[in-house]
Amino acid sequence: MSAAMKEGSREEYRAQEERLRAVWANPAGWRYWTSVNNFQIGLWYGSAAFAFMLFAGALALLMRLQLAVPDNDFVSADFFNQAFTLHGTVMMFLFAVPIFEAVAIFLLPAMLGAREMPFPRLGAFSFWSFFLGGIFVCGSIFFNAAPSAGWFMYPPLATDKEFSGIGADIWLLGLSFIEVASIAAAVELIVGIMKCRAPGMRINLMPLFAWYLLIVAGMILFAFPPLIAGDLLFEMERMFDWPFFDVARGGDPLLWQHLFWIFGHPEVYIIFLPAIALMAMIVPTFSQRPIVGYSWIVLAAVGTGFLSFGLWVHHMFATGLPQISLAFFSAASEAVAIPTGVQIFVFIATMLAGRVILSTPMLFGAGGLAIFVIGGLTGVMVALAPFDWQAHDTYFVVAHLHYVLIGGMLFPVVAGLYYYYPLIDAKKLSDRLGGLAFWLMFCGFNIAFFPMHLSGLRGMPRRVFTYPAEIGWNWLNLISTAGAFIFAAGVLVVVFDVLRPKHREPRGEFNPWNAGTLEWISEPEENWGVRSIPIVRSRYPLWDQKDLARKVNEGRYYLPDAEEGWREGLVTSVLDAEPIHVLRVGGTSHVTIVSALSLGGAFIALTFHWWIATALAAIICFCAVVYWLWTGTGEIPEKPEKDVGLGLSLPLYASGPDSVGWWAMFITMVGDGTAFASLVFGYFFYWTIHADFTAGIAGPDAIWSLVAATLFAAAWGLMVAARTVNRRGATAIMRGLLVLSLLTTVAASAAGLAAPSSPGMDPTRHVYPAIVWTLVIWVLAHAALGTVMQTYCLARSLAGRLTPKHDMDLSNVVLYWHFLLVTAVITFATIGLFPAAM
Amino acid sequence: MGQYFSLSAASLLLASGSAGAQSVASTQSVLEPAGAEAQQIAILFWVMLSGGALIWLGVVGLLLHSALFNRRRLAEKSASRIIFWGGVVFPSVTLSALLAYALWLMPGLRPFAQASAAGLRIEVTGRQFWWEVVYRPAQGPPVASANEVRLPVGERVELTLKSADVIHSFWIPPLGGKMDMIPGRTNRLSLMATKAGIFRGPCAEYCGTSHALMAFSAVAIEPEAFRSWLAAQAIPAEGAGASGGALFLRHGCGSCHFVAGTDARGLIGPDLSHLGSRVTVGAGILPNTEDAVARFIARPELIKPGSRMPAFDMLPPDDIRAIAAWLKGLQ
Repeated sequence: MSAAMKEGSREEYRAQEERLRAVWANPAGWRYWTSVNNFQIGLWYGSAAFAFMLFAGALALLMRLQLAVPDNDFVSADFFNQAFTLHGTVMMFLFAVPIFEAVAIFLLPAMLGAREMPFPRLGAFSFWSFFLGGIFVCGSIFFNAAPSAGWFMYPPLATDKEFSGIGADIWLLGLSFIEVASIAAAVELIVGIMKCRAPGMRINLMPLFAWYLLIVAGMILFAFPPLIAGDLLFEMERMFDWPFFDVARGGDPLLWQHLFWIFGHPEVYIIFLPAIALMAMIVPTFSQRPIVGYSWIVLAAVGTGFLSFGLWVHHMFATGLPQISLAFFSAASEAVAIPTGVQIFVFIATMLAGRVILSTPMLFGAGGLAIFVIGGLTGVMVALAPFDWQAHDTYFVVAHLHYVLIGGMLFPVVAGLYYYYPLIDAKKLSDRLGGLAFWLMFCGFNIAFFPMHLSGLRGMPRRVFTYPAEIGWNWLNLISTAGAFIFAAGVLVVVFDVLRPKHREPRGEFNPWNAGTLEWISEPEENWGVRSIPIVRSRYPLWDQKDLARKVNEGRYYLPDAEEGWREGLVTSVLDAEPIHVLRVGGTSHVTIVSALSLGGAFIALTFHWWIATALAAIICFCAVVYWLWTGTGEIPEKPEKDVGLGLSLPLYASGPDSVGWWAMFITMVGDGTAFASLVFGYFFYWTIHADFTAGIAGPDAIWSLVAATLFAAAWGLMVAARTVNRRGATAIMRGLLVLSLLTTVAASAAGLAAPSSPGMDPTRHVYPAIVWTLVIWVLAHAALGTVMQTYCLARSLAGRLTPKHDMDLSNVVLYWHFLLVTAVITFATIGLFPAAM
Repeated sequence: MGQYFSLSAASLLLASGSAGAQSVASTQSVLEPAGAEAQQIAILFWVMLSGGALIWLGVVGLLLHSALFNRRRLAEKSASRIIFWGGVVFPSVTLSALLAYALWLMPGLRPFAQASAAGLRIEVTGRQFWWEVVYRPAQGPPVASANEVRLPVGERVELTLKSADVIHSFWIPPLGGKMDMIPGRTNRLSLMATKAGIFRGPCAEYCGTSHALMAFSAVAIEPEAFRSWLAAQAIPAEGAGASGGALFLRHGCGSCHFVAGTDARGLIGPDLSHLGSRVTVGAGILPNTEDAVARFIARPELIKPGSRMPAFDMLPPDDIRAIAAWLKGLQ
């Protein structure tokens, strides 16, 4: 009996494996680039980010050459100013943040025992947006058109059209585009971590990497929107002369500084925490034991995330703020050193409690830590307002920030590269080259940046393209330049080690470091992530669950097959990871590229004020996105449930909070709400700095404001009613309510428009009408999007794709309307009623 | 290992630093304080540096020990204790102490009430890429100048800082910390020089193409000398060679520059009334010589890219030399 059955089951196993492989396969030929698989996207994302880093590094070398000797004329002042602006911008926006998104997209599904990220096409869209925006921003320097106002773009220098021509627009629009990509990636990461973990992986069993990324993605959601709001104000001033930062018409350049640093400081931790997350995976592996103090490090990371939003003013200690603010923000900035210290000591404790195996990843990790601690200590120094008055905007700060970012981010990323490379290629990178790279980078870095502390204390300001010979900075700068080239040589060794052909080397073993976490099950040759989705019972399942790898690869767990030809994964509950339903994710598609490129085209055309091209690209993007949604989301499955293996049957469709789409909408709208809150902050900021904020200009009509708010509330009520009656099966009534709500929304928008236009508010005259109009336009744009969603639901219902049982579209749109209601009510209360109440 | 290399980097650095110090006198250093605020901050820095160095050695030593020499697997409980004492208690205690020290320092560093009582107020306005300076003594008329700030040693001076275009930052490292000059706002800074000397003050907030070439001289002199200097500044200077003065006016220099006692009443460029007595020209970038003044007049954009002053190299070289000689004579 057994021989025949074994033969049969082996054949069955092979057939399963073939189907699964076919479903997850990458397309061949040029269509490879339409792939959406997380391994490919992660790899492309990471390679592009790394290439941008090399480009920005080359700019840094040019700057170091210019500064090698005093009174040098190797490059012009203008080129130097473009170079440092682009260096900072590219390193921050095109390397430091995207590289972690890349690593996350590459690793997370395997680490969580999921097959894929929940929205693979969104990941692809994010990558293509990032790639196009990055090339646009970097390319500008070859046309002598790069931004040159410094990477924090302070107005009025950056709003001065004579000084900053197209470069500033390239910065604003190019980066807004990339920020959209980052937020898209953050949404995907949050949903992926919360909803797509393997069954049994309760939230306290999650790998630390996932914890950190959850925190970081959450931080992106609250940190990037203020910058997007700031970009919006900035571009309105540059393009339409709305005077947000123009002092003569009531504006204030400090508002930009607030908005920028509310983003900019958390940004530092957005960069730093994922690198620590890599260390939190590497250190236990090479200490051969679980991490000591799992809860400590998670709490410390959460604490860092929270505190990082309360520190931004320490970038503004020299702007003349009251001493009480300086004292408060000095204290808060010191406090953030405590959770950082906890994280470092968690690593030391883990190493002490284990037995350390020396390896290239550990070398880079330890070297990075030694560097980072110096950056942390100088951070403690500059966090104190009095010392910052001296150190601010000098080379001391340049040294500090590079010690933090290179020690706290670049070294751990290279450690991660050496650690995780076997997952890309099934081979290890060379230990000899790794060691050489490490010592070149470590020595070069310290030779380059340590002297900068002293040049700064000797009074050298940052962002100077030259300096006189008599001040005593000559030797320090020459040494820095030499160090920079040694450092660059080390980076090139890493690049060589990655790129050198390795096909002659034998395939390495699985899990070559004997790590304990799930990602080491995945095989680089296979695209499916895991052969079957396991049940996880431990933080280090490969150490604690016997035979797990074998059983997973034999398809003994969930979803070992793809019999219906879909890419499938499991959605589980947020805290306990109980299986809820089967998620069918989108496969290979070119709609992601089309929508990313057309959106990019719209932003680029806008930079050059090519209005028609902008409109065309926007329309193409709109159509592509609608096509994407219509064909790729909310599909009604051919059967309600499916057997996922191990005797478990799960639904194939979910709506509301059980579905990943609902979470994505919720999270996106939280980010959207943050951007809106930043605009409201702007309104009240102007109110606080002026004795009479309105400058005698008649404000929006209170009656129209009230009417608009009421009508928006009515439209919202109709939407909620539509969802409710649809669930009861009254499809016709639902359609009627949708139409009614749509009409009410149009009426509400008209009333909203009347509020500022009836008293004839002119946004170019003064900042008061400008900020009022901005808030109104914000609401109206959201209302317009709301009507598109209503029309979409109506069409889905008429096409039979939205039914009483399958109402994901409607349920997500109602969620959008909750946020729209809040936005509208706050806006019209602020602009229409607040001035009257004052 | 890491320790060895950054130490050697440090020793290299110190060697180079002393070599640099021998050849030139540093006039822009935070570490050679000549003012009350800078003195306190320098002490704060040395305290933090010593503490920081000890902490770094401790952490890196512990790291190396755990990686290289640790042969005894520590029990999980003792390891957690390390996190608690090293990661929570130690930083909390040291940082609280440091914060208390800095907060105790702060109110004393910039006491504005005292400054107003002292009577001398200096208004400095940042412009791309130079500094407009107006002295407002308690008695006597205001005195206009540019690109140079003189201070009496031992007296507190209140500076009111403004900007006419973009954000600049006012900084005299040996005297005290910096303060931004922001359009639409007036910031106040109070400084007290404790030693006489000439210091260089750079613009410390990136302000455009020639940000690197925007500096001024800060000259701290004894109070008596200061008062007589200020009195002299209030009176128009006699230029050497009247022909230079006439040429200055004939070629239209007066439409941008102000020279007291002449018909040059422009307010766009720096006040040149006593240019000859200043330490530098071109906003802290050239020595004050006739030759330098002549070069600046001929091709300002060569010396300072982005400067708003047009080139005057179409003038006969003799005219330029005569104007330069006259300006240099405005002592």
